[in-house]
Amino acid sequence: MKAAGVLFSRELALGWGRGGGPLPALAFYAAITLLLPLAGGSDTDRLAAVAPGVAWMALALASLLSLERLFERDFEDGGIDLLMTGPLPLELVCAIKCLAQWITTGAPLALFAPFAAVMLGAPIGLSPLIFICALVGGLAFSFVGGIGAALALGARRGGLLVAAIVMPLFAPPVIFGGAALYASQLGAGGASGLLLLMGWTAAAAALSPLAMAAACRNAVG
Amino acid sequence: MITALEIRGLSIRRGERRLFRDLAFRLEAGAALALTGANGSGKTSLLRAIAGLLRPAAGDIVFEGVAEAEVARHEAVHLLGHADGLKGSRTAREELDFQAAWLGGGAGGVAAAIDRLALTPLLDLEVRRLSAGQRRRLALARLIAAPRPLWLLDEPMAPLDTARRALLAEMMQSHLAGGGLIVAAVHDPLPIDAVTLEIGA
Repeated sequence: MKAAGVLFSRELALGWGRGGGPLPALAFYAAITLLLPLAGGSDTDRLAAVAPGVAWMALALASLLSLERLFERDFEDGGIDLLMTGPLPLELVCAIKCLAQWITTGAPLALFAPFAAVMLGAPIGLSPLIFICALVGGLAFSFVGGIGAALALGARRGGLLVAAIVMPLFAPPVIFGGAALYASQLGAGGASGLLLLMGWTAAAAALSPLAMAAACRNAVG
Repeated sequence: MITALEIRGLSIRRGERRLFRDLAFRLEAGAALALTGANGSGKTSLLRAIAGLLRPAAGDIVFEGVAEAEVARHEAVHLLGHADGLKGSRTAREELDFQAAWLGGGAGGVAAAIDRLALTPLLDLEVRRLSAGQRRRLALARLIAAPRPLWLLDEPMAPLDTARRALLAEMMQSHLAGGGLIVAAVHDPLPIDAVTLEIGA
């Protein structure tokens, strides 16, 4: 347990320090939110109708942006060798890295998500649900995205590959979260969508460390 | 505690190329083995296979005195190569503390390592500011900070100056005297008593 704490705090420190921490992902998120009205016209009713969905989809894209480097740096500088000769199984190491990624990038993005949606015209009352969806969904994005990051290890232009691998896997959480938001906006309550999103997130957090660890072993060996 | 390392009939392939086959040796606690051989002959691959990072095509790697190879690799093996896993943006002290805690060392071990390798003046520097030799000294510190019986060293001497080479020789001597094992890939002879094994001969 001590080793897990040691690794987790190091990953947090690296996550905050590395290339401005969550700032690039946040800036990217803000940019998408600002570009949409410019491209789609300033008809506020039309914007308000799609606001929660757009804020939600932009969140998925912004989380993707920072996932690319999740394992790559450790792979390049030999850090992965050090992690593999440590006391914890590689599966747990991968899970800890994803958790730290969620806290350093996913949580700041989730805090920003309600602002993005409200700026686009979503009702303020929807903000708590947007925040919860973004927080829970962000965890799924971190874990599922980690699979892509691990599979793309050692590939040139890995970033594009990560996007291609991960985008289809992002579809279910995006659908569930979007369904929760729209149902709630129409007054039907977002509980069922949110529960499905939580279920998917739990499955992703439980299963993807196995895939990540296998992909890392393959890349190293 | 590892009492002996035994390799039997080991073959390693990288892609289509076979690096070596039917390699066998036995190393008792308290002994060192120097791996020599041309560039690309498979010295580093052998070290990585022993550490469990690379799957051999055939053969057995047995850690005697430890119930399972997996346990030995997570608790009893140090692998130190060119890629040392140090992060450029962190200070030497942060990296040393992490490596020691991660690999199972205590606070006393860190102090001993700082003292032994004269790291005090480097501790507050970011790792990216260190020279190659200083960086290697920082990486070597984990051997002392977190004591583990089997050292797998890849070109440990390369970037070190004469005085530090003597220091490393001392470190290796006392490790062997304490019942440790060393397998080192080298081009120059090891400065301690060691059996030499030429790979790919």
